[in-house]
Amino acid sequence: MDRGIIDLSEVTKSFGAVHALRGVDLTIRSGEALGLVGHNGAGKSTLMHILTGTVAPTAGIISADQNQRPDYDVNIAKMLGIRCVFQELSLCPNLTVAENTCITHRPLSGLGWRKRAGKLIIGKLDEIFPGHGIMPGAIVSDLSIGRRQMVEIARAFTKTDIIPRLIILDEPTSSLDPSTSQQLLSFMRRFVSEGGATIFISHLLQEILDYCDRIVVMRDGRVVADDIATEFGRSKLITTMGGAAGGHQVSSPESARSASSTGNLRVRYRAKTQPTGIELSVHAGEIVGLAGLAGHGQSLSLIEIFEAAGGRPGRIEVNGQVALVAGDRQTDGIFPLWSIADNITVRSLTALTRGALISQQRAGELAKSWKERIGIRTPDLDNNILSLSGGNQQKALFARAFGSNAETILMDDPMRGVDIGTKLDVYRLIEHEAEQGRCFLWYTTEMDELAYCHKIYIFRNRQIVAQLSQDELTEERVIHSSFQEAV
Amino acid sequence: MNAVVKSGPSKLWTDQNRRFDPRRLFRSALPGLSLLIVLAAIYDFNPRAISYFGFNLMLNLAVPVALATAAQLCIIAVSDLDLSIGAYVGFIACVTTTWLPTTPLLGTAAILASIVAYGALGALVHWRQLPSIVVTLGMSFVWLGLALFVRPQPGGLSPVWLSTFMGLHVPYVPFPIVAAVVLAIVLHLVLMNTAFGAVLRGAGGNATAVGRSGWSLLRIKATAYAMAGVLGSLAGLSLVGVSSSADANMANGYTLLSIAGAILGGAEFIGGRISPIGAVMGALTLQLATVALNFFQLPEVFPGFRIPPEWQVGAQGIILIVILAIRALINRGEA
Amino acid sequence: MKSLKESLIRWRRRPWIWSFLGAILIWVLAVGLAGGHGGWSVFTTALAFSAFTVLVGLGQMFVITLGPGNIDLSLPANIGLASAVAMKVMDGSDARIAIGLGAAILAGLLIGLANYALIRVLRIPPLIATLSSSFVIRSVGISYGRGLQIKPPQAFADVVLTRIGGISLPALLVLLMSIFAGVVLARTVYGRSVLAVGQNARAARLAGLPVGLVRLATYALCGALGGLCGALLAGFTGGSSLDVGAEYLLTSIAVVVIGGTSVAGGLANVPGLWGAALMLFLTATLLNSSGLGVDVRDLMTGLIIIAVITLAGGRRSLR
Repeated sequence: MDRGIIDLSEVTKSFGAVHALRGVDLTIRSGEALGLVGHNGAGKSTLMHILTGTVAPTAGIISADQNQRPDYDVNIAKMLGIRCVFQELSLCPNLTVAENTCITHRPLSGLGWRKRAGKLIIGKLDEIFPGHGIMPGAIVSDLSIGRRQMVEIARAFTKTDIIPRLIILDEPTSSLDPSTSQQLLSFMRRFVSEGGATIFISHLLQEILDYCDRIVVMRDGRVVADDIATEFGRSKLITTMGGAAGGHQVSSPESARSASSTGNLRVRYRAKTQPTGIELSVHAGEIVGLAGLAGHGQSLSLIEIFEAAGGRPGRIEVNGQVALVAGDRQTDGIFPLWSIADNITVRSLTALTRGALISQQRAGELAKSWKERIGIRTPDLDNNILSLSGGNQQKALFARAFGSNAETILMDDPMRGVDIGTKLDVYRLIEHEAEQGRCFLWYTTEMDELAYCHKIYIFRNRQIVAQLSQDELTEERVIHSSFQEAV
Repeated sequence: MNAVVKSGPSKLWTDQNRRFDPRRLFRSALPGLSLLIVLAAIYDFNPRAISYFGFNLMLNLAVPVALATAAQLCIIAVSDLDLSIGAYVGFIACVTTTWLPTTPLLGTAAILASIVAYGALGALVHWRQLPSIVVTLGMSFVWLGLALFVRPQPGGLSPVWLSTFMGLHVPYVPFPIVAAVVLAIVLHLVLMNTAFGAVLRGAGGNATAVGRSGWSLLRIKATAYAMAGVLGSLAGLSLVGVSSSADANMANGYTLLSIAGAILGGAEFIGGRISPIGAVMGALTLQLATVALNFFQLPEVFPGFRIPPEWQVGAQGIILIVILAIRALINRGEA
Repeated sequence: MKSLKESLIRWRRRPWIWSFLGAILIWVLAVGLAGGHGGWSVFTTALAFSAFTVLVGLGQMFVITLGPGNIDLSLPANIGLASAVAMKVMDGSDARIAIGLGAAILAGLLIGLANYALIRVLRIPPLIATLSSSFVIRSVGISYGRGLQIKPPQAFADVVLTRIGGISLPALLVLLMSIFAGVVLARTVYGRSVLAVGQNARAARLAGLPVGLVRLATYALCGALGGLCGALLAGFTGGSSLDVGAEYLLTSIAVVVIGGTSVAGGLANVPGLWGAALMLFLTATLLNSSGLGVDVRDLMTGLIIIAVITLAGGRRSLR
């Protein structure tokens, strides 16, 4: 009865011990705009990757046009006309707008291709964003971020040999100004009314409520609500995203309640784009959480604070030594050629020298004591760091920071893809270290972890938009502030 | 000269606020401007040099340099660098003088095989994800060894047709200028105006995006390197046509000259940003600058100030550093 | 079975073994070709010449270990200039040997600092920075030395040519320096920082290491080693010459690559330098004695480098 372009049934996806999708049923039909909402880690982006074929499901059935496709992959998705506008730009910055169009459209070659490519993309830009002012010969890197986003969006809707049928828009309005956002949303309605389908992801709930026919809410890898848009309101969306209805209090350990802003000031920070208003401060012994949707400036502020250490106080003031626990282990944390012990001690090399040389004995002792305190599971600390599981690699990074002389420890969403056992080990240590006078600045995308924090700052669009004390912390409040107010 | 005009208004106006941006204009005009400065300097020292005969004389080595620069540009387009182009040009010159006049079949086969080897090298660099500079540095010794093998002693013969071609007298416009203009146009058409050229440069700018759209990066790299091989071979041939004898080490300096020419012409080291017309102008500028340095030496031209001969090599390095410094200044202002 | 696998893994961890095996093989061939005579003298001669290759190789190794893109192409010009500086400052006088050595090392050090300044200020790849600086250095060398070949002081030449038990004094010195370099890499904050920066510069910065300072020091170190090499070479060859460094452009990189240092950075190998340097020198000797010329030598060196780097693979591109 439902003419679905694509149909997911009981789709699951696990990355090691982490279950990103726990059985998702979803049908996307021609002629509808589907809104998709969910907080961090709900499984939205994994779902998008499954739909575009870049990630294969662990289990479950994908059907396209009522045919089961066990071999579903990127090429099938492409042939079906399923396209995605990713958040990270997939344009070649050194090419012109027209040339970028030709890269995704093979039929655009031979004589006059440039003209045809230019016509195609400009025609689509004119249709979606009238008055866009983009020229087909403009080099992409010369365009503003917003205009690049417009090109990327328009390119997804262009048609040569394959008709675009389902366009996934992942936070497309994040770098567009209000009037262009409006243009995109109106176009989306036209596209849908002509038989196309869209999946629209946004942190602006009002956009979703106003422009989508159906809204799907995800939470913990499941679809928890799937209904026509008129059934939802802003508050209902927020409560559905947050789980249980009502003023859901996050249960926090006893220690977190005894907030103490009395110690020495360690860090004071004001976001760059925030001329006035809330300032972030961290005192000795405090655990401070940074919340909000991923990519809204939390990591950036941690890096800024890290770089400012040792400098003169201005917009940012940092007192004492700072260490950082990276969340993206591969790019920010690990030295892949080194042993576990070397990876742990690298932050403390100066402290470990005796004379001019690093004392092997003291380095060994430091690594060993932290291996035991944090519980790194390995037969030998001299094994290569990559011999460890992801969770244990992360423990080594914690050991690196905790074993250093730093009074302030910055944590950049360090529990990504880490098993619950590791998490509990680390939480225990963080609490213990805080009692000893260390302070923590903890960016996390996991609601449960905010329960360990004495106070929480919520980021949106690279600004701090709310500050919560431990007593005020509820999941709804965090989600409420993370998603923009109605305009 | 015409690059400024060609790049059109989109480059000269910033997108953000559509305001005229002098920095951008300056950057696009840099190759043409440096060429003009060098020409003016030459005119100042000897007005007679700016003539049909003078250009023929001053630019007679410009054609091989421009071709080598074009070869380098193909490699830069895919975000690599070729440190073997000089040795390769020397090798082709040796093959040309040794085998082409007497055993043309062997000579042609050797040149074709070297072009295939160049393409294979590109495939190897992509397949094993090797650093192009170490691989091509190694290759430079391979080509040098082969060149010495083919021609242990300097000398040899230029095929008659080649000397005739390079000595062509075109009415009104000196031959090297005609050749350079033709090269610039062809190169611009192939690299900037075909869909294939766009994909090639796209691979230099955002390889992942190009790969995700279903293009074979291996084929792209192999093609770019093979194109460099073809242009490098042409450089070797034209060098023989001009100098009518060969020596294995004769073109070693082309490696730096080709990089410098491409950069002076507006190319970036990484990111697939190239400008073929600029690169050819850059090559001409460097060639003329070398000639100009020779003028500087003549005491009667400018007795008070002259560049000592030992600074000729250093001047090349200084020119390159100055160009890069100007570019760094422009880019910093923009950031 | 398991122990075999384990020992294989252990061998893989010591890639320098291969360069030594290659060197021994070629030594056996060379001695065999000479009818089994003169094995020791072939070896000591190889050692004496390899000392200079290893000396510049050490500097190049530290630079390459800094990670993708880092390379010093100004070494040949540096060596040439330093040899002139050393000889001119020594001025044939035994009393001025120490000052001359110091001046040569200082010249090299300044070149290294200038290289890093170019890289940093102009934000250009080290390849281009060092290549263009090498042209300037060359001209400085020509105009400073005026093309004259100045003889080294007698005592200096004597010392550099001295052999103890057949082993040349520079070889012993460089051997000591190699051991020292090995200790620096493994046991000092600076050495560890070089390795860390080479593996992942971003992670190194976030682990609190002074990345810029480490790079600066490394280019300066490489330059200083080049300067020392230039001075010693001038003594060894009987006078300064600007072309004395020419062959070290490729060989300095070749011994690093063949010796098992990763071109992707972060993994240095000191013993491999010696194996590779000996192997290259013995290959040249072998080819010479079998009547093959410089052409085959160049060809072989080039092919060996490409073969080694292809087999070792580059995880990441050097550029």
